[in-house]
Formats: sequence, C-alpha cells, structure tokens
Amino acid sequence: MNIFEKFLYIDRRWIFILVALAVAVPLVFPLGLAVTTSPPVENVYNEIESLKPGTPVLISVDYDPATQPELGPMTIALLRHCIARKLPVIVTVLVPGGPGLAVDITSKVAEEMGAQRDVDYTLLGYKVGVSAVILSLGQDFRISYPRDYYNTPLDEIPLMKNVKNYNDVGLVVSISGTVIPEYWVAYAHERYGQKVAAGVTAVMAADFYPYLQTGQLVGLVGGLKGAAEYEKLIDRPADGLKGMDAQTIVHLLIVVFIILGNVAYIFMRRAKKRSEASAR
Amino acid sequence: MRRELPLAICFIMGVIMTVQFFIPHRYSQWLFENMLRWLIIVFTFALILGILSLIKLHIQKVQYRRRDWLYSIVALTGLGLSLVTGFMKGPESISEGQPFMTLYNYVQIPMQATMFSLLAFYIASAAFRTFRARTLEATLLLIAAVVVMLGRVSFAAIFKDLSLGFSTWVESWLPGFAEWVLDYPNMAAKRGIMIGIGLGAISTALKIILGIERSWLGGGD
Repeated sequence: MNIFEKFLYIDRRWIFILVALAVAVPLVFPLGLAVTTSPPVENVYNEIESLKPGTPVLISVDYDPATQPELGPMTIALLRHCIARKLPVIVTVLVPGGPGLAVDITSKVAEEMGAQRDVDYTLLGYKVGVSAVILSLGQDFRISYPRDYYNTPLDEIPLMKNVKNYNDVGLVVSISGTVIPEYWVAYAHERYGQKVAAGVTAVMAADFYPYLQTGQLVGLVGGLKGAAEYEKLIDRPADGLKGMDAQTIVHLLIVVFIILGNVAYIFMRRAKKRSEASAR
Repeated sequence: MRRELPLAICFIMGVIMTVQFFIPHRYSQWLFENMLRWLIIVFTFALILGILSLIKLHIQKVQYRRRDWLYSIVALTGLGLSLVTGFMKGPESISEGQPFMTLYNYVQIPMQATMFSLLAFYIASAAFRTFRARTLEATLLLIAAVVVMLGRVSFAAIFKDLSLGFSTWVESWLPGFAEWVLDYPNMAAKRGIMIGIGLGAISTALKIILGIERSWLGGGD
C-alpha cells in the first residue's frame, strides 16, 4: 500500500473529529460571516410584506424533532415577521412528532413579542391524513379542526371567527423536512388557488425549484441558510445566522475532503499504472 | 366475497370522487365534505391499527427472543411511557413541565436531532472516500456539488474577512452560479422525474380503481 492509498483509507474517526471541530469551534467563537439573500427567500418576505395587516397567514409545522435544528429557526423568523406585521397566524401540524415543537415555538415567540393567543395567533394542532386535511381546509377549517389544540371550539376563537376556508387566508407556509409542501401545492394551490410558500431542509430544497418557476410556490426558504437570510431580511439575527458560521466551515471542510480525496485518487491511479507498466 | 366487496367499494368510490371533482353543485360539495370527514376518521383508525401492529411485532420479537429483542423492550417501554404520560393528565399533559413534555423535550428531541445530525459526519466521510472524478459525468456532478455547497453558504465572506482581493467577484459569481445550477440543470432533471412520477401515479390509480392492481388487498393475488 503506497502513501496515497494509506491516505485514502485513513481511519474515518479522524474525519469525524475534524467535522466535530468544524461545527463546535465557530459555535463557541462566532466568526460573524456575512449572509447574502437570494430571490426565493426574498419572495417569501415580500409576499408577507405585501399582505394587509389583519390578513391571516397559515404556518404549517410539518416537521418533527429530527429536523428541528434546521427548520426551527425559519419557523421562528416567519412567526416574528407575521406578528410584527400584525398578521394573525394560524398554526397547523401535519406530522405526529410536530405538536410539541409548535407549542414550544409559538408560546416562546408570543411571549417575546407580547402576542395574545387566539387573537394574534392560534394553534390548531395535529390532524392525521395529510391530503384529507389540506383539502378539508379549502372547504371549511371546521371539518378537520372543530376545536383547536387547547380544546377551544373554533367559533369561540376571535381570530377564527371570520376564517372559513382558504379564501380568508393570505398565505400558507408549509415548513417541512418531507414532501408535504408538494401536497400543499397539489391540493391547496391547484384546487383552491391558495398562495403557498415552503420552508424545507437544505437537502430537499433542490426538489422544490420546479414549483418556484411555475409560480406554484411563491417562495422558498431552504435550510439554515434560508433561515439566516430571512433573519437578515427582518433584521432579527438569531439561531439561523449563528449557525451559518458552522455550516460554512463544515461545507468548506467537505470540499477540502473532496479535493484531497480526488488528488490522492489521481496520484494512486498514476502510481498503479506506472507499476503495471514496469511489471510488463 | 372477501375480495369482491372491497373491489366494488374501491371502484364505486373511485368513479364517484373522480366525477365529483368536475361538478361544483352544492350536493357534490356536500358529498365531498362528508367524504373528507370520513377520510380523516379512516386515517385515525389506520393510525391505531399501525400502533397495534407495532406492539404485536415487538411483543413477538421479545417472546421468541428474536435478533435484537432487547431493542424491542426499549421501543415498547418508550411507547408505553408516552401513552401513559400523555393520557395521565389529558390535554394538560402538553403543558411545560408535565412528564409527557419532559419526555418529548429531553428525550425525543435530542435523540431525533442527533440521528439527523449524524448525516454531517457520514457525508464528510463519504465525500472523502467515494466522491471521485472517475468519468466526465462524475466530474460534472462533482463540480456542481462543490459550487452549490459553497454558493449556499457564506463562503465569499471568508475572502472578504481575510481581505483577499477577489472577494467581490466570488460574492457575486458563486451564489449566482449555484442558483443557475439549481434553476436549470437541476430543474430540468427534476421536472422529467416529476412528470414520470405523475404519469405513473395516474396509471396506478386507474389500475386500482378498475381492479387490475390488487396488491393492496393483501395476499398473493
């Protein structure tokens, strides 16, 4: 085994240590790297900015704890933006692991911004059956949600009194680490003409670009970078911007790994060819 | 009869709901709304069925001491604890400080977040060991991956902070090129796949409604 082969088959634990350091060091010692905004995120921001105060926005927390570190910051940023713009927020959950996160995020943001439950925001909670729930909201919210998460009948909630279906909602934002935003596009946008935006994990963002081009999604917030961009747009730096330092360094490290791996591979291949030629 | 009845229900409902989609009459809307209510009820029962099936599977694993049966005890304990703490105080159990939320906040969230975070380590290791420019296609994929990875983070800011002269060029070019990769080559490929999936879904739905595809009935038929 030559030196290049040895390098290529290095114990993977060394790689893990480097990744751990690349994540931990920027979190402990922030670099404060600047973030530039991109059109898909700006479109979500502009869409919310264009809504008249008092227009309800539906934010669907369609993720569970696995993707919370990546999707939580964008949920918080969107909630902050809506509440600051005096846009009532209706929160739904379409994955069974999500209600706890929705309770936690809504109550924290509400407390921080002095928002009142059932007036500035309402949490409808989890309902099973993604497609059926999305379709039913187009008919009447009360089909799927006769009561909210805290067991209050919808008709007794001030925010919901004038909300029957999608006609009364300005924008739907589905935040998910799965394909649930596609269901919102297919059923809420295509069937009822509801404007839909999505917030997804970075690995899934590429899958949603076709919907952006066709206008089926008004905007897209992708991964922690998207959250950081949104925080920059609303001028409220938080976990998204903090996390970007670590993510930038880790991405850079992975690119270095790819380059080193390929350089070693090329040299190893050359060395093999030479030894084969000399053997002949 | 055990097969004919579900097939008949599937055919009748499939045809009715397809026709209903094109009829905006109030009776049609009434039918649609009621079907949605039924659908949510059926989904709820399916969820219960899923939980019962999970319990049965793990109990059998423990009973017959099958491979990794100890993990089944952990799964059953977790499920049992969640159910007990969830039902113990009714709707109050979702309040901060209640046992159910304590389990959720301090066990489920960290465990699931940890599992997802492990991806970073495996991706880094895989990038080093297997991402090779062996062919032209692989090289193009590699270049696209590197551009998107760097374009989607604050890479240019590092140049700026280190006062490297070409930071402005990197700042404007790299995110733009990353967006181009996502907007054109990525989207072209993705759209082709989506059209294929769409056509496949239509044909499968038709086959199920017409009773040609019967695997959903279970058994070997």
